[in-house]
Amino acid sequence: MRNLLEIRLLPPLAVAAIFVTLPWFFPSAYYYRIGALVFIFALAVAGLNLLMGFAGQVSLGHAGFLGIGAYSVAVGPAHLGMPSWLCVFAGAALSAIVAFLVGRPILRLKGHYLAVATLGFGLLVAIVLTNEAGLTGGPDGMTVPRLLLFGWSVRGSDVWYWITGATFIVGFVLALNLMKSPTGRALQAIHDSEIAARLLGIDIARKKLAIFIISAVYASVAGSYLALFNGHVTPDVAGFLRSIELVAMVVLGGMGSILGSLVGAGLLVVLPQALTIFHEYEQALLGLILIVFMIFLRRGIVPSVAAVVSGWRK
Amino acid sequence: MKALRCVMAATAVGLFGFLAAGHEAAAQIKIGSVLSVSGPASFLGDPEKRTLEIYIDEINAKGGINGQKLQLVVYDDAGSADNARTFATRLVEEDKIVAMVGGSTTGSTLAMIPVFEEAKIPFISLAGAIQIIQPVRSWVFKTPHTDKMACEKIFADLKARNLTTIALISGTDAFGKSMRDQCVAVAPGVGVAIAIEESYGPRDSDMTPQLTNIRNKPGVQAVVNPGFGQGPAIVTRNYRQLGITLPLYQSHGVASKQFIDLAGPAAEGVRLPAAALLLADKLPPNDPQKSVVVNYSRTYQQKTGQAVSTFGGHAYDGLMILVEAMQRAKSADPAKVRDEIEKTKGYVGTGGIVNMSPTDHMGLDLSAFRMLEIKGGDWTLITGT
Amino acid sequence: MAELLQFVFSGLTVGAIYALVALGFTLIYKASDIINFAQGEFVMLGGMTTVFVAQAGVSLPLAALIAVIVTTAIGLALHRFAIEPAREATSVALIMITIGASIFLRGMAQIIFDRRFHSLPPLFGADPIQFGGAAILPQSLVVLASATAIVIILWLFIERTIFGKAVIATAANRLAARLIGVDTRRIVAFSFAVSAAIGATAGVLITPIALTSYDAGTLLALKGFAAAMLGGIGSAPGAVVGGILIGMFEALAAGYVSSNYKDAVAFLIILIVLIAIPQGLFGRAKIERV
Repeated sequence: MRNLLEIRLLPPLAVAAIFVTLPWFFPSAYYYRIGALVFIFALAVAGLNLLMGFAGQVSLGHAGFLGIGAYSVAVGPAHLGMPSWLCVFAGAALSAIVAFLVGRPILRLKGHYLAVATLGFGLLVAIVLTNEAGLTGGPDGMTVPRLLLFGWSVRGSDVWYWITGATFIVGFVLALNLMKSPTGRALQAIHDSEIAARLLGIDIARKKLAIFIISAVYASVAGSYLALFNGHVTPDVAGFLRSIELVAMVVLGGMGSILGSLVGAGLLVVLPQALTIFHEYEQALLGLILIVFMIFLRRGIVPSVAAVVSGWRK
Repeated sequence: MKALRCVMAATAVGLFGFLAAGHEAAAQIKIGSVLSVSGPASFLGDPEKRTLEIYIDEINAKGGINGQKLQLVVYDDAGSADNARTFATRLVEEDKIVAMVGGSTTGSTLAMIPVFEEAKIPFISLAGAIQIIQPVRSWVFKTPHTDKMACEKIFADLKARNLTTIALISGTDAFGKSMRDQCVAVAPGVGVAIAIEESYGPRDSDMTPQLTNIRNKPGVQAVVNPGFGQGPAIVTRNYRQLGITLPLYQSHGVASKQFIDLAGPAAEGVRLPAAALLLADKLPPNDPQKSVVVNYSRTYQQKTGQAVSTFGGHAYDGLMILVEAMQRAKSADPAKVRDEIEKTKGYVGTGGIVNMSPTDHMGLDLSAFRMLEIKGGDWTLITGT
Repeated sequence: MAELLQFVFSGLTVGAIYALVALGFTLIYKASDIINFAQGEFVMLGGMTTVFVAQAGVSLPLAALIAVIVTTAIGLALHRFAIEPAREATSVALIMITIGASIFLRGMAQIIFDRRFHSLPPLFGADPIQFGGAAILPQSLVVLASATAIVIILWLFIERTIFGKAVIATAANRLAARLIGVDTRRIVAFSFAVSAAIGATAGVLITPIALTSYDAGTLLALKGFAAAMLGGIGSAPGAVVGGILIGMFEALAAGYVSSNYKDAVAFLIILIVLIAIPQGLFGRAKIERV
């Protein structure tokens, strides 16, 4: 029993250890910012990973939930006079409700059809955010007031680094617990074979919906953090390209691996920054790197590395 | 698994290289720029980048500023305000710039303003919306005309032709939306009524449904199209395709001769407010802007092989205002440069004649816009504007 | 009444564009189950290459031919260097590869071409055809006719040639196809080549109406993909019908509902249709054997 506990918590502990020691190496606030962004996206990607990697449901519109969370902390204070911290929860609740309403009909779809449906959902959110300018500020976006915690204004890349990292580790542990729980095991069964799962009496529709809602909440919190951190939000936070970016992070890091979420997010946040030295060729190189990674590390970085490591062990 | 190891090694080297690359010796004046070179706003960012690069080189070839060479650090935000914010932080913390000329879009500018205000670095924005300089922020300036001015110029021309009821068809992109909002706000005050409004996506290929609704609306005397990029060209083509003969006004977002090429014969008779830059050689000889504008046009065309664009012109003005401020301050210290930028008076640029003040961080008035009409496939100036 | 006709004409114009793009997804999917997200870039390459080759002084028809050949070669290269090495990968990994390829092609196009918008002269002139009080461009009819022609050619090819039968066999069961001697690698390569050619042709024909630029492919791929799914992925007539329907939804929504929300209305309808008919309009429901 104790062995199981140790092994299960090893990855989050390792992440926590790196998270705490890394700042010693940060020469400037810029690195804190990158770190915070990595953790924010890793949180969203962790949720998406539960949906895609674990439950096997593709979502090409997940940035829609990122957008709902991001705009909650903009619209809430501006139009409803709510304090920012409350809006984070409100946004998560709203995302959960939307996920419930949208998920029930579209999770019946399979494969590429589900992908198109989620794509449509993401686009709809982006369109509403762009058009309802009276509420959302339109294409130019809205300012987001700073988060006030116990009278203290949360600002600075370093502060956000600690907040986002801590939240991610909590989310990591929660996700691991979920995966090992009966619900998680049921999901894995669904992923492997829906028919067999149904024969075992698992209520597939309910489980899929539950995971969809959970992944929406993860994305929503991540979106709220992003908006509060940046102090400004624009509709492309919910856009198609952002959704594709999230999916790429899942696949690159390793489907079904929460640690992979961190790796995938880290790669796709740091890479564009690193590639700026190539100026004009930035985009072309990014595409090339994606292709190469997918050819050689097709199960994702973490599973491939894990396979190599266990190969050495033998 | 050899491939795996190779890939991991390459990535590690690449990332370390990146971490190491930021620390070079700086004996130069570093000017930063975050532009939307690729992505949905590349129509703005691409000419801006080319202009900055051409003129930094030119200035350096003549010996630089105050005896020091200039170094341009450009990042491409691909049209995303989030990326712009990250690059702004990078410019301030890592590249240690002393001034910033950039921000192609209002969204990216607004996202970056807090970074430069906090770092106390002068920021000359290249975006259009009025809220960049209103309320006035001590470290933020801008060179393009506001979209409010564009609306005012168009409405003045409408009134002069006795046209008081119009239709608006605008792009749902940030540029079109912002100008549409300004036109709606300004119209009642000048006695212009907006009878019907339609919109289109910036990459749409057919606007005939929207134009049909406009054509069928009784009482419409003219049509105004706030937008930029390819949209206005397609709107103009569809306009003639449907045989609509009402006067059509485009916006300054149309920005270059390429619009006339793309819209073809349909562009005949279209009017728009534009900076003198588009007219270049056709300006009357005593026009104060003529030599600046002709020079810039020729240089840009020669170095890039592309027709000049007013967005590139805004970048030129931003850079020159900055450089002249540095020369007057005899230093590259951000605070001193900021003060000198604010004291810019009588600067003759591609956008107009700039007179800044502590309450006006743009410095252009309505006379900076000229009213143009397209005749015979080229721009003509409507005299008296 | 005339305004309804104009909306219909607009819907046909835009829909025909989506139909041509959607067709490109069909063949690759049929042969290999892959959704090729680089399909939009094939369309872009067709248009942009023609523009730039023509600018260099080559006559327009020859420039278009060169563009189609170059794009076909790129499609083959995509298969050979990116898809083939990863053929054992999961479908998600393969889709990610095509996404990487689309980013790469877009990135290269910015450098090799430029970042501006371009047009091509229409085949039969720019004067619209007047009918019943509404106007339609001759080029729109050209696009529609081409979509129909390609559907017929594809059908003839699949049904009437041995190669076509090999494609069906590969799609049905790859292992079995190889066992009976079908070179599945060649079949998939071929499907990439043909899809690239279809995409490039689409690009050349679409540009006179919709203009083109280095990033024109993204939105087209999105709508084309949605159209292909609406019609039932794998069905060529389905792709065309799906495309035209989406164009119609958009035009009618722009005309009668709100031009702000026309895209939203179109996607909402797609969602509703898919929920009601999960395999798309012409798609075959997959029978899962226990």
